[in-house]
Amino acid sequence: MNLKVIIVDYGLGNIRSVQKSVENIFLKSDIKGEVVISSTTSGMKDATHYILPGQGAFKSCIDGLKKLDGMIEELSDQVLLNKKPILGICVGMQLFAEQSFENGVHKGLGWIKGEVLKLPKKNLCLPHMGWNEIKCLNDHPITLGILSSHFYFVHSYYFNAKISKNILATSNYGIEFPSFVVDKNIFGVQFHPEKSSDAGQALLSNFLIQK
Amino acid sequence: MLKPRIIPCLDVKDGRVVKGINFINLVDAGDPVEQAKHYNDCGADEICFLDIEATKDNKKTMIDVIKKTADQVFIPLTIGGGIRSVEDIREILLAGADKVCINTAGILEPKLIRDAADRFGNQCIVVAVDFKFINNKWEVYSHGGTQKTGLDAVKWIREIENLGAGELLLTSMDRDGTKLGFDIEFLNNIRSLINLPIIASGGAGKLGDFEEAIEKGGASAVLAASVFHFGLIKIPEVKEYLIAKNIPMRI
Repeated sequence: MNLKVIIVDYGLGNIRSVQKSVENIFLKSDIKGEVVISSTTSGMKDATHYILPGQGAFKSCIDGLKKLDGMIEELSDQVLLNKKPILGICVGMQLFAEQSFENGVHKGLGWIKGEVLKLPKKNLCLPHMGWNEIKCLNDHPITLGILSSHFYFVHSYYFNAKISKNILATSNYGIEFPSFVVDKNIFGVQFHPEKSSDAGQALLSNFLIQK
Repeated sequence: MLKPRIIPCLDVKDGRVVKGINFINLVDAGDPVEQAKHYNDCGADEICFLDIEATKDNKKTMIDVIKKTADQVFIPLTIGGGIRSVEDIREILLAGADKVCINTAGILEPKLIRDAADRFGNQCIVVAVDFKFINNKWEVYSHGGTQKTGLDAVKWIREIENLGAGELLLTSMDRDGTKLGFDIEFLNNIRSLINLPIIASGGAGKLGDFEEAIEKGGASAVLAASVFHFGLIKIPEVKEYLIAKNIPMRI
């Protein structure tokens, strides 16, 4: 089956690299399909997979998403009702939270229980930037082949997911924080798979075979 | 835990990679996209392109190089050279770069550093400082190391931190191209004063230099050019060496 991946474009984020890294998988593996960038709801229903990227501040991301006419409703239908897989990247993943405490208090989509908090400083540089490994806590096919791989991180806030079964993996920077969350068909990573070389490509491939 | 990064730096001119010894005597060392792919395969943690002749025509060529590279190589990409405005930065980031490296323009107009960090986030703003040890102090040079600024490097770096930069790229001009090792004294000095990640640059010649920059200099990343390009040192070799010295690396 040919996949159709939609990357939601709300004016913020590393869209081009995400698109190219998915295209690279279609080019080099048995997984075939197309990947489009979209800022409208037209064609949303036909997609098999969604990617929600995000960069910058939580508030500008959630505001940007809200500005796209009908996007949150359509995404909610496809993800919560039709159970299609979605991958949130960095702030895209944080948007799944109930709320964020980045510069004030802001409501998120509330798809996964928990809140977004600032990483403690503890003599460490912020943002947490560079390559760090993940430690998988729960078994899941999406982590196949990347159980303790290194990924590229750039962030100062993290998603403190409340329910332990939602935490697929953690990483350590001053504290142990959730770096990979899941709730059924909803996946979120704090790191950037599109910038994480082979491990990132493996993760995106694993995501694309989720149904 | 967070791993120190090994960054090969590619000096780019007219869309081709070159490397100068002490900033002159350019030697053509290949196609940037192919080089970037090669370094990704070798385990480079990030790639840095410095546009050493950023004229207007050349900027378009550079944007093309960035696009082609970012479309095929999926690791962080840092771009420096000729960046003068927030608009330049935007264009580079849209082409697929993850960070930009500001040098001369930041010296001439420090506000650019603040504006860029405010607009794009401090994580993508690297400020480069080229310095030389003269008359018992470290002095800043601008314009690709050709002009004395009279600025005290330590003071300037403090200001860079206050302006909201996300990272420092510190190049010792005394050491650049000499393969005599990094300026550990300076790095260590800055490490004790500044809380930004530091990329050490200028002087890599042997494996032990990388260890020194990280262990003694407190660098978060080490950047080198000629030793990698001419195959004198290979990145997997550096990583194996550092791991043997108990410095964790991404492999």
